[in-house]
Amino acid sequence: MKIIIPIKRVLDPYTQARINKQTQLVDLTNAKMAMNPFCEIAVEEALTLKESGSANETIVVSIGTDKTVDTLRTALAMGVDRAIFIKTETDLDLQPLHVAKILANIINREQADLIIMGKQAVDNDNNQTGQILSGLLDYSLGTFISKFDLSSDAKSVEVCREIDSGIETRKLNLPSIVTVDLRLNEPRYASLPNIMKARSKPLETIEIESLGIDITPRIKVISVEESGTKDRASKQISSAEEFFSELNQLGVL
Amino acid sequence: MERESIEYDVVVVGGGPSGLASACKLKQLNPELSVCLLEKGSEIGSHIISGAVFEPQTLFDLFPEEAKNCPTLKTSVVKDDLYWFTNNNKSIKVPTWLMPKSLHNKGNYIISLGELCQWIAERAINLGVDIFPGFPAQSYLTDLNGRVCGISTGDMGIDKEGNQKGTFTPGMDILAKQTIFAEGARGHLGKKLIKEFSLDEGKTPQHFAIGFKEIWEVDNNKHSPGDVVHTMGWPLNGGTSGGGFLYHFENNRIAVGLIVDLNYSNTHHSPFQEFQQYKQHPSIKQFLDSGKRVSYGARAITKGGINSLVKMEFDGGMIIGCDAGTLNPSKIKGSHCALQSGILAAEYINKLLLEEICDFDDLFKNSALYKELYKSRNFSGAMHKFGFYAGAAYNFIESNIFRNKLPITIKDEKRDCDSLKTTKASKIKTYPAPDNLLSFDITSSLFLSGTNHEEDQPVHLKLTDPNIPLDYNNKIFNEPAQRYCPAGVYEIIEKDGADYFQINAQNCLHCKTCDIKDPSQNINWTPPEGGGGPNYIGM
Repeated sequence: MKIIIPIKRVLDPYTQARINKQTQLVDLTNAKMAMNPFCEIAVEEALTLKESGSANETIVVSIGTDKTVDTLRTALAMGVDRAIFIKTETDLDLQPLHVAKILANIINREQADLIIMGKQAVDNDNNQTGQILSGLLDYSLGTFISKFDLSSDAKSVEVCREIDSGIETRKLNLPSIVTVDLRLNEPRYASLPNIMKARSKPLETIEIESLGIDITPRIKVISVEESGTKDRASKQISSAEEFFSELNQLGVL
Repeated sequence: MERESIEYDVVVVGGGPSGLASACKLKQLNPELSVCLLEKGSEIGSHIISGAVFEPQTLFDLFPEEAKNCPTLKTSVVKDDLYWFTNNNKSIKVPTWLMPKSLHNKGNYIISLGELCQWIAERAINLGVDIFPGFPAQSYLTDLNGRVCGISTGDMGIDKEGNQKGTFTPGMDILAKQTIFAEGARGHLGKKLIKEFSLDEGKTPQHFAIGFKEIWEVDNNKHSPGDVVHTMGWPLNGGTSGGGFLYHFENNRIAVGLIVDLNYSNTHHSPFQEFQQYKQHPSIKQFLDSGKRVSYGARAITKGGINSLVKMEFDGGMIIGCDAGTLNPSKIKGSHCALQSGILAAEYINKLLLEEICDFDDLFKNSALYKELYKSRNFSGAMHKFGFYAGAAYNFIESNIFRNKLPITIKDEKRDCDSLKTTKASKIKTYPAPDNLLSFDITSSLFLSGTNHEEDQPVHLKLTDPNIPLDYNNKIFNEPAQRYCPAGVYEIIEKDGADYFQINAQNCLHCKTCDIKDPSQNINWTPPEGGGGPNYIGM
């Protein structure tokens, strides 16, 4: 079985996002970037499958400027076998439909049976790419999964989905796309020896133009504002009664 | 899982200016050398904080062609003022002719040292240096003859109690023919090396300061890129020396900061609060009013000068930059000195590896760095011994009239940790509550440093004797750690009806002030799990 893990390089969620006054967008100049945390969980799950002998190859894919290679190398250092880098010359406004089309192209080429990806990227929080991809490829889909079990014949998977009313269990026939949630696993560290080894793992670069996919933006961002942090200072509350009265005072009940 | 090991010709500990310069110079001198550089921050630059007015010449010496296009050298100094703050709303401008020569900044640039380090790191990678951010050197390795032969990185995935978690990943031994320690002020391995190899023998005890810095975004009409303001006086009084700075640099940003010498004596003194008050002075406030604070950080500074500079070479390696104490205290600049010390170390080590005969002392004594540091040898000593005003006057006379040629050396033999007076002997100090416009509390400040540590890991601030904070420090000094720490790491709280000394290690800014100032020398700063600590951007 071949697994593809699409990953995204995002603003490190532990750093503070700033708005660039000129561009009215989140300022990424010199900002600290990291692999989207949900993507790390997806990588971990794929590696577990590889280690258990259920998968014979794991491949990470990412789209972006040259810096994206760092993120792909991180995945390789965690243990992924090879990487596909879809290169853009500048930071493009790639929207979920564009990303899904590009991924569909790569998945068709690689003939992968299983796509494991984050349920969403923590920068734009779209939560769309996996769903659109499933539509484009006509693969079965399991979103928000917190448990993943491959059947013994490797033809289907049983997944638990975190939904509003609780946990839903579903059986998906492969080929399949699963988007992972926080509780699925705890991703491993990239160790120093593995970071060294990852430098010589295969990384294929594909120019985005060569795919012939229309990436004209279809959604326009009208404005971006910083959330009000000042009036949201945290406060420790000791009882339900106190909590209730606080909420009353705030007038939110 | 077993520890793996790998061999390099040279391993460099620390990705600041000195470490990066040494790695680059080594590869320039001999591209065949295998050189690796470890950085404890999650990225190069994420633990770097500096004013910074930068003397660019050494950068041009190291990268004659590339430095011409270095994007960090954008804002050259156009105006250079020194003020004496006589009280909380008055100031006197010091005329240019009276300014110490060392404070003239013509030809210098206002930069972010973090961004400069990132730029040098790109050069280093192009030269073939293997850079590994997120991996602190936990300990150094010695062979049977006691010679340093590399370092060992820390294990990852250990819980609070010291047990292995599911994500446990063992550290790695990196063996090297020569190891360069460039950890910055009060490096935790540097401290051990200095002791083990008696590198400070015959030297004056090292002196430190704590430096605070914030970056503010201000309105266009309050911003004049290239303006440099240095201040002395208020809020620091006679018993505490130091000074403030305010630099206008690109993109409507202002860097504002206060340096507080750590030989202060009043145990009630809070350097953090002094800095927050500093911004209320009309001369500072006028620029920041209606602006927005975007970053905060703090770091100890090594400022003893040449009298305290430790012996830099030892069997198997070298200690350089602020780890050794190369900052020029009269200029309050260390970046160019750090770069120079890195270059010198590379030249020396390259010769050693070629088995050429070379004496580091000769190399150093003939260097521009030595000449510069020798000139300003009396600066810190005079300030400490004669007090601020007489010290400043002495320094002016020595540098501007006698051009640093007086055959005198003034030393301060007292360690910074020995200078505190007891609670009773210290004058009570109270600080106004933050107004949340110009002055802030520690929690909201810390948020702007991007500080983050994996929560479930052992406390990295280790106490030799866990009873000292309450049984001794608190009784005699009202535990000063509660006030000198710029990140609120140390607190005395009530727990089950008794006092309890709490260490909020996840707040740590890696400034090392506790390791320096603790009157009992009971706090040992050790590196937490790799990648933890502040995430400074453009600091």
